[in-house]
Amino acid sequence: MIMTWMIVGMSVITVFVKAAIFVLGDRIVLPPLLKQGLAFVPVTVLTAIVVPMILAPHGQGLELTWHNPQLIGAITAIAISAFTGRQLLTIVVGLVVFFAWQFALG
Amino acid sequence: MTSQPRQTRLNAFSAGARDTIPMLVGAAPFGVIFGSLVTANLLAAWQGQFMSLAVFAGSSQFIALSLLASHAGLIVIWFATFIVNLRHMLYGATLVPHISHLPTRWRLLLGFVLTDETFAVMDAYFRRHPQAPMRHWYFLGSGLTMYANWQAWTLVGLLFGVLFPQLQSLGLDFAMVVTFIAIVIPQLKRPPFLGAALVAGFFSYEFKGFPYQLGLLCSVAIGIATGLALLHAGARMRHKRALRNVENSGEARP
Repeated sequence: MIMTWMIVGMSVITVFVKAAIFVLGDRIVLPPLLKQGLAFVPVTVLTAIVVPMILAPHGQGLELTWHNPQLIGAITAIAISAFTGRQLLTIVVGLVVFFAWQFALG
Repeated sequence: MTSQPRQTRLNAFSAGARDTIPMLVGAAPFGVIFGSLVTANLLAAWQGQFMSLAVFAGSSQFIALSLLASHAGLIVIWFATFIVNLRHMLYGATLVPHISHLPTRWRLLLGFVLTDETFAVMDAYFRRHPQAPMRHWYFLGSGLTMYANWQAWTLVGLLFGVLFPQLQSLGLDFAMVVTFIAIVIPQLKRPPFLGAALVAGFFSYEFKGFPYQLGLLCSVAIGIATGLALLHAGARMRHKRALRNVENSGEARP
């Protein structure tokens, strides 16, 4: 039950944020600094989520070794994305390398 | 495409849907991954579909799942939803001049179906056709197509996750990591964005022990501050260089 309320709350918040500017129309003007700050939201949030999952996949210390399939898969994905910019290719090859590496380590 | 003085609602709607097709391909794996992660968490399968139907915001839905997995509280999940969705205000501010003439119910509906992908499609469309009278139907066509696509691939992922529950122990959540990498890396071409991401990533690791995922919010705040500082430092440097160039070119300056 609490999960359903969590989802309803997320829905209300999301609709509010997405539609606020549309509904207010021309009556609202965002300060330039806030606009500039908002532009950094996607890259900082997504990076902050994945970095601990890559560097410390077991929630303890730093695992900067080739025994860490998350690290190897992530480096592969970053390289493919940087050189090709193709999303699907990045996702598929990153996952294949991760699973293959995990399987090879047994 | 030639201009269509008597473009119908249906024409505009289907043009919006057609121009969104490439985005559907990119969003499909996200939907499948989301669906297959749902049953590994504390959610029932129907709640996963309900989330896609009612929230319809991929990154918030992923973040809610990862926060649930780390036992974050409701307030943290709602706050993260708010923060992650803030970028839509930027999109809204860009698109609003083209839809501010519509009745409120239309503006609410278009706000609900606004996503990163539909924003990209609409931004391009409004540049080409700033005065198209049926442009809100084009917007709706793009948005509802993304919506239907997201529901269908969520369902596929849910069925996949229920049929093969043992896949969850194989580290399928790594799919989220590569998905986010595929979104973020192309956006790091400009130095302020690269700096913001590196700093946010560094502090998210340093702060990972904070309770209720508060480290995430702190590291995002520091990352944004870094990005803004770099943006302004870059602007100042360009300004100085421009001044120097003017002086070197020997132009008389007062």
